Parts: sequence; C-alpha cells; structure tokens
Amino acid sequence: MCDHRCFVYEIVKMSGSSNLVAMKKIVQQLRFEASINRVKVSQAAADLQQFCMQNALQDPLLTGVSSSTNPFRPQKVCSFL
Amino acid sequence: ILNSGCNNNVKGKVKGCEPRVLSLQNILSLILFLLPASALTTGIYMIFSTKPEMATQEVQPNETLTNLKAESDTLKTKLEDERAKLHDVELHQVAEKVDGLGQFIMKTRRTLKGHGNKVLCMDWCKDKRRIVSSSQDGKVIVWDAFTTNKEHAVTMPCTWVMACAYAPSGCAVACGGLDNKCSVYPLSLDKNENLAAKKKSVAMHTNYLSACSFTNSDMQILTSSGDGTCALWDVESGQLLQSFHGHAADVLCLDLAPSETGNTFVSGGCDKKANVWDMRSGQCIQSFETHESDINSVRYYPSGDAFASGSDDATCRLYDLRADREVAIYSKESIIFGASSVDFSLSGRLLFGGYNDYTINVWDVLKGTRVSILFGHENRVSTLRLSPDGTAFCSGSWDHTLRIWA
Repeated sequence: MCDHRCFVYEIVKMSGSSNLVAMKKIVQQLRFEASINRVKVSQAAADLQQFCMQNALQDPLLTGVSSSTNPFRPQKVCSFL
Repeated sequence: ILNSGCNNNVKGKVKGCEPRVLSLQNILSLILFLLPASALTTGIYMIFSTKPEMATQEVQPNETLTNLKAESDTLKTKLEDERAKLHDVELHQVAEKVDGLGQFIMKTRRTLKGHGNKVLCMDWCKDKRRIVSSSQDGKVIVWDAFTTNKEHAVTMPCTWVMACAYAPSGCAVACGGLDNKCSVYPLSLDKNENLAAKKKSVAMHTNYLSACSFTNSDMQILTSSGDGTCALWDVESGQLLQSFHGHAADVLCLDLAPSETGNTFVSGGCDKKANVWDMRSGQCIQSFETHESDINSVRYYPSGDAFASGSDDATCRLYDLRADREVAIYSKESIIFGASSVDFSLSGRLLFGGYNDYTINVWDVLKGTRVSILFGHENRVSTLRLSPDGTAFCSGSWDHTLRIWA
C-alpha cells in the first residue's frame, strides 16, 4: 500500500523535476535576453536608412543596368557584315 | 554513475544530491521511470535519493518552480517594457524625407524548365551564373542561368528535396529533405560521371531537412530541420560541431549573417519565432515573436544589423537587431496568401517577397510601401534569391520552373 502511494508520488515528483529543469533554462535565457543593450528605434532606423543611401549607387536593381553590362538583359543582335 | 558524486547527471542539470546505496524501491522506480524519455533525467535523480530525503524534498521542487515561474513572468514583462521604451518612432516616419523610388520594371529574362515537379529550393553559385535547384521529384539540377543549359543532374533517394545550397568554391552542392539528411555532392567537370557515387552524407536529423547553407568555406554546413533544431556540421568528417535548441516546433529556414558582422545566424520556425544564434556557443542571443503564423523565410539585411522574415500570415517583417524589435511590417489588405521566401537587393532598399498567390511583391524597405508586383509564375513561388552581384534574382515555383528576373 505504502509502495503504491510512493510510486504515484514519485510520478508526480518526476514531472515536477523535469518541469523545474525546463523552467530554469527558460529563466536563464530570459535573464540573458533582458541584459542586452538596445538602441532607440530612431537611431536604428537612421542607420538602416544611411546604409541604403550609401549603397544605392552600387545597387544595380535601383540604378538600372544597361543591356551591355547586365548579362540577363537582351543583347543587341549581332549581324554579320 | 552509481559511484560518482552526482553533481552532474546525464545532461548536467540536476545538482546537489547525495549518492546513496540502491534499494529495491529505487531500482523499481528506476525501471518504471526510465521508460519515458523525459524520465531518464529524473530517473537518475531517483537513484540518488532515499525515502526519508524525498519527504523533505517534497516541498522544495514545487516552491522553486513557483519562484521560477514568477521570475520568468517578471522578466518577460521587463523585456516588453524595455523594448517599448525605445520605440520612439516608426521606420517609415524616419524615411519620409527620402526620395520615393521611380517606376520599377522587371521582367522574366530566362525560364529554366526541366524539373518534373514542384521546385522547392534554389541557390546561386558565387560565379553569378550557375544555379542549383531541388524539387519534389527528387532531382537536384545545376543550371547555367545565362544559357539555361543543365550542367549536372542528381537523383536523390527521396522525394521532396526541400533544401539545396551551392558551396562557396562552386565545386560542390549540398541538398536534403525527407531523407532527414544533408548530403554533399562534389561537382565534376566530367558530365558523364555519376555524381551520386561520390555523395557524402554530412548531417543527420531526426526529421526532414528544411534548409542548409555552407558557412564561409566548403568545410562547414549549417542545417535546420523539422525536428526543431539547427546544427553545424563538419563536412569532411560528418561530425556535429554545434547544435542549436530553442525552437518549439519545426525550423523552416535559416540565414547566415554577412561575414563582416561575425558568427551569427537567424532561424525561423513553425513556432512563429525568429531566433538569432551565436554559432560558437550555441546560445540563442535574441528572439522575436511577432508573426502570427509559421515563418517560412528569413534573410539578413546587407549591413547585418537587421533581418527580414516572410510568413504564412501574409506579411513580411523587418527586425532590427540593435533595437531588438520589429521595425516594419510589409503587408496589404489585398495580400492574403503567405510569403514563402524573401530577399533584399544589394543596398537593402528593396525587399523581394515570393508569395503563395503566385506573385512576387517588391517592397520599399524604408517607406514600407509596395513598389511593384511581378506576375509570371503559374503556381506558388517557393524560393527566391538575389544573384551574387545583385543584377538579377531567381525565383522557383510549384509550376516546375525557375525564372530569372532583371
């Protein structure tokens, strides 16, 4: 009888222990995430915008690439003279 | 295990228990509780405790659990508050003064036909002209995108090859899918050579392979899987170098940070979360959960300070890593089908999204508006990538074809 009760008790404790372990991991991860340094969105957005502007001229899809330099655009037809 | 001081069990989690002699009670508990996998950890815990001690420990786990739960809730609220405090402006407001983009015209310049079923994944070679693609029909094809010729074809032992990647050297391709593995095939110059003979199995997961990518060299591969994990592998030995646990469901996509910004990568999953990982330690550095459905695709912004995601909730979103939050949503009421894949143009100003309604939407990243909509595919767009020199992008679709747009 006592064995049976202990058996059931141990089942309950078993799930408790594995929850405990999982919970500790979650809390550790949250502590880590809470500690990172963040910048304001206005600052981050300004940096994203600056990167776009600085690299706009090197972006072929923005500047448009002529047929002669874009290998995929249709080439002028060659004709034999 | 029996004789060692048990400060560490199998996973190094349970600590601080005293070794005791095994009693019959303990042996019975051990046998019964070792059957479920999760009980293995606590089964060993059981070996080292006796009944009198269990009576006093009865109170401890419950209390600690409650304390931890409370701390977890406090931390989550604190995180939300911190993130909200820094939310002083929207990205599109900052970008109001920026010139709008002119009319944007892109057309299909090449159509690659040859797959017998849905195209699921593709990748460019660094030489800017070769492409590898994989399909539901089990075939992996290497194309010359300029001429549309097929250069190599490999038949995989499984259907649904969901992931493929070109090695940085251009000398090999990696692929995998329902076989739960990622295999590397060296590409030979001899077209008659049977590529399948030289296949090397590198990664082994316990569920389907959803994405793979070489790191900066041919020597390491990063994989993501339906088993909820990502993993870093050594190609030569097949050894697991690091595994990444944290997603609560299938991981569907991953992208490596641009090499200048260090050893991190981002992954997205069916748990609606996008996680940023440290490749060396295996730790999840940042986590973002604002999507309302599965995240199908993630891609870093060219500067490495942000990344975009495409999801089944019909939106694409931009997350800034330094602000640690979502900074833009790309959506329209008329777009109701999921976005399957996303990529940026070279400057990061344009975001291309392939959708399940057969279209490709082009977004102005800064202003949040749609610049163009591209029609052509006759079924879902499943994969999309910009060419290495940024002059074109390639899309793959369930209509069995790939298209090069420029």
